[in-house]
Amino acid sequence: MNFTLRVWRQKDNASPGALAEYKVQDITPDISFLEMLDLLNHDLISRGEVPVAFDSDCREGICGTCCIVINGRPHGHEHGGTVCQLHMRSFQDGAVITIEPLRVRSFPIIRDLVVDRSSLDSIIAAGGYVSVKTGGAPDANAIPISKEDAEKAMDTAQCIGCGACAAACKNAAAMLFVSAKVAHLSRLPQGRVEWKRRVLDMVTAMDQAGFGNCSNEAECEATCPKEIKMGNIAGMNSQFLRAALTHR
Amino acid sequence: MITLDAKIPSGPLVDKWENHRHDLRLVNPTNKSKYHVLVVGTGLAGSSAAASLAELGYNVSCFCLQDSPRRAHSIAAQGGINAAKNYANDNDSIYRLFYDTIKGGDFRSREANVYRLAQVSGHIIDQCVAQGVPFARDYGGALETRSFGGAQVSRTFYARGQTGQQLLIGAYSALMRQVHLGKIKLFPRREMLDLVVEDGRVGGIVVRNMITGQMESYAGDAVILATGGYTNVFDLSTNAQASNVSALWAAYKRGACFANPCYTQIHPTCIPRSGSHQSKLVLMSESLRNDGRIWVPRKAGDKRPPNTIPGEERFYYLEEKYPAFGNLVPRDVASRNAKVMVDQGHGVGPSGVSVYLDFAEAIARQGEGVIREKYGNLFEMYQRITAENPYEQPMRIYPAPHYAMGGLWVDYNLMTTIPGLFALGEANFSDHGANRLGASALMQGLADGYFISPYTVSGYLAGVKPKAKKTVAADLPAFQETLAAVRQRTEKLTSVNGHTPANEFHRELGQLLWDHCGMSREEASLQETLRKIPEIRERFWKNVRVPGAAADFNQAYDYARRVADYLEFSELLVKDALERRESCGCHLRVESQTAEGEAKRDDDHFRHVAAWEYQGEGKAPVRHQEPLEFETVHLAARSYK
Repeated sequence: MNFTLRVWRQKDNASPGALAEYKVQDITPDISFLEMLDLLNHDLISRGEVPVAFDSDCREGICGTCCIVINGRPHGHEHGGTVCQLHMRSFQDGAVITIEPLRVRSFPIIRDLVVDRSSLDSIIAAGGYVSVKTGGAPDANAIPISKEDAEKAMDTAQCIGCGACAAACKNAAAMLFVSAKVAHLSRLPQGRVEWKRRVLDMVTAMDQAGFGNCSNEAECEATCPKEIKMGNIAGMNSQFLRAALTHR
Repeated sequence: MITLDAKIPSGPLVDKWENHRHDLRLVNPTNKSKYHVLVVGTGLAGSSAAASLAELGYNVSCFCLQDSPRRAHSIAAQGGINAAKNYANDNDSIYRLFYDTIKGGDFRSREANVYRLAQVSGHIIDQCVAQGVPFARDYGGALETRSFGGAQVSRTFYARGQTGQQLLIGAYSALMRQVHLGKIKLFPRREMLDLVVEDGRVGGIVVRNMITGQMESYAGDAVILATGGYTNVFDLSTNAQASNVSALWAAYKRGACFANPCYTQIHPTCIPRSGSHQSKLVLMSESLRNDGRIWVPRKAGDKRPPNTIPGEERFYYLEEKYPAFGNLVPRDVASRNAKVMVDQGHGVGPSGVSVYLDFAEAIARQGEGVIREKYGNLFEMYQRITAENPYEQPMRIYPAPHYAMGGLWVDYNLMTTIPGLFALGEANFSDHGANRLGASALMQGLADGYFISPYTVSGYLAGVKPKAKKTVAADLPAFQETLAAVRQRTEKLTSVNGHTPANEFHRELGQLLWDHCGMSREEASLQETLRKIPEIRERFWKNVRVPGAAADFNQAYDYARRVADYLEFSELLVKDALERRESCGCHLRVESQTAEGEAKRDDDHFRHVAAWEYQGEGKAPVRHQEPLEFETVHLAARSYK
């Protein structure tokens, strides 16, 4: 297969960027999208050019590193998967593919397709945990948790923190990310103890990091590689309101 | 010359850890904030150690090469975590977990370490549940468990097929909580370039800021390396792209002994390779072997589609050869038998280099819904990669390099031969012997981080004076020497100006190791490999092309530097394999087999840990031996028949 790639090249956050065009040829359909980029970079290095910077690590869809925007969609066109799980057989031979970094003001561009997502870490630091120290935990079976609660908690706990939700949102809202953590922990008895403080602190941190607000476009849910539901955002808003009215 | 002292406490096995904890010195609570601990790596071991030490009151700086600590490769562990809880009432116990682990490791690990691991295993589950890890539950609300290879009890706790992710998010959240409280300073996108040794003990680290390309120096009273394993030396492995040996290799060159580098594990259930441009091999949890049946066509060269081959013409080779354990034999046995089947022409798939893992019977018996609930995400992952539906046709699997049992030599306190330098998790060698059982890596990483290193690092710090905080690390003489050495290496690599991208050398090295130092090894071919590695290395230093500048964001330079280290480290790996003239654990030594072609251990000559000491560039390293004393278990031939 042959493709024309239009790739965003940008030296750093202070410099302007632009799309550059590259041709890749004789691509076997079974390789992944990132392996195709590996091949492009191999060619670029061999020719003495500067390779395209992009982040990836586990290459099996769990670490959340590799999120980039392909033809306008974070993680590309396939539903429920990450860029590293995307294979070239799902593209048409001869296609023109546009590849850009996540466009979110809270994710400054570092180089080409690489962005800084530490704003997501700062939201977790503000309250995305159970405030428990190592040691002294009661026996794991001491508090029964219904199978349904465990499964529901897991549905949101599996967020990989890739930032696709924010990039897909026209408001650059990270509310699917934040609400997934709020839903995960408030679903479990261990996390329920401090639910008010958590939702207030995390939402405050989210605002401080410069993320926008939800206006029910549902792009986040459509793009989430772990298929986390946007109903969690309504849940978080409801928790936030209750907490704001009753906390302290 | 170093003398190895494992510092294994005396007394009965069951009391060793308790007695030792009593003997470990404590740091006065008001003095803890005067000490600074550097933690490199934020996987399960690093995150849990950093959080736990910060909770105790130490100042911690935590470094990772990913953009966020939550992305460390522990996140990819799928199947589960072992613990001797006996919740299933199937007669599990601390002793049984200990014994299974020692036996699984083919009697090449320390009794005392492994027993301690089993002792703390239960607390890990308690701790994780308290953090909000959503482990699988039954309808009564109690924790579910499943079986894993190498065990006949159900002791593996899991969160769907994403157990590593959930445990890591638990440890990461504990870490971020300490970041919020100001006890941990976080340094993402930093890669360790060198270790600073000052007056015979650890002084700090030199790291590369991977955004700016600048070198940065950090002084600490203790340094913890939790940088994971090195199977990316094989080029294609199940590891993440950035997982590498460089931090361990730097520590080795600064005086930390490297133990058993040849002990690498080849995982039996990976998706077979499809082409030459593949960047990694994807593993699927071996928990699949609970319900999947492994088979190949009985007739070599049979190319019929799997569903048209009748039962009597299928060779369920594991079930036939190992009736007691069947498809749940340990990883090495499963991997080696797959290779034997393929070598004898029974392999399936387009390349003929894979075997079937069939769920048809499990689906018929339990229903598709149950199988989907247990393995849904694994099936989906398989289908995404291969475009084949495993609910309708058998999966194809083949072994791939996965885990490194070898690592830095550590004593019972998890301290290396450099005072103040600790190694945790996969980065050390201590608990898995020559083969790790499934679901034991998560257990070990968290045991080291939550429950062992907080005590033993404190014990070390209690005996040293805290460093004055006023000096800038980079101005200290030991740092200046190290920085100069790093600068020289950087200069050397960026000035080669050849024509060949680094990945070509990596691929060549990986193929060489896979062919000659993988599952089975032989004297002559190991010797030949030892001749070939320096040749590849020489070509690398003549022809490699590293684009751009080192003092800049430069992923190609980061990668080339790691490849340069693999080209040195691989020689030690093969040397270690050559010297270990026995079959054990994951490796069959061709010269050491029973009459039936099974692996034959040689306890008379090799019942020891091999710990290699660096002697300088171009000089042969010294191979030390730490004899393994078995006071409790009886050394048996590891049979799963």
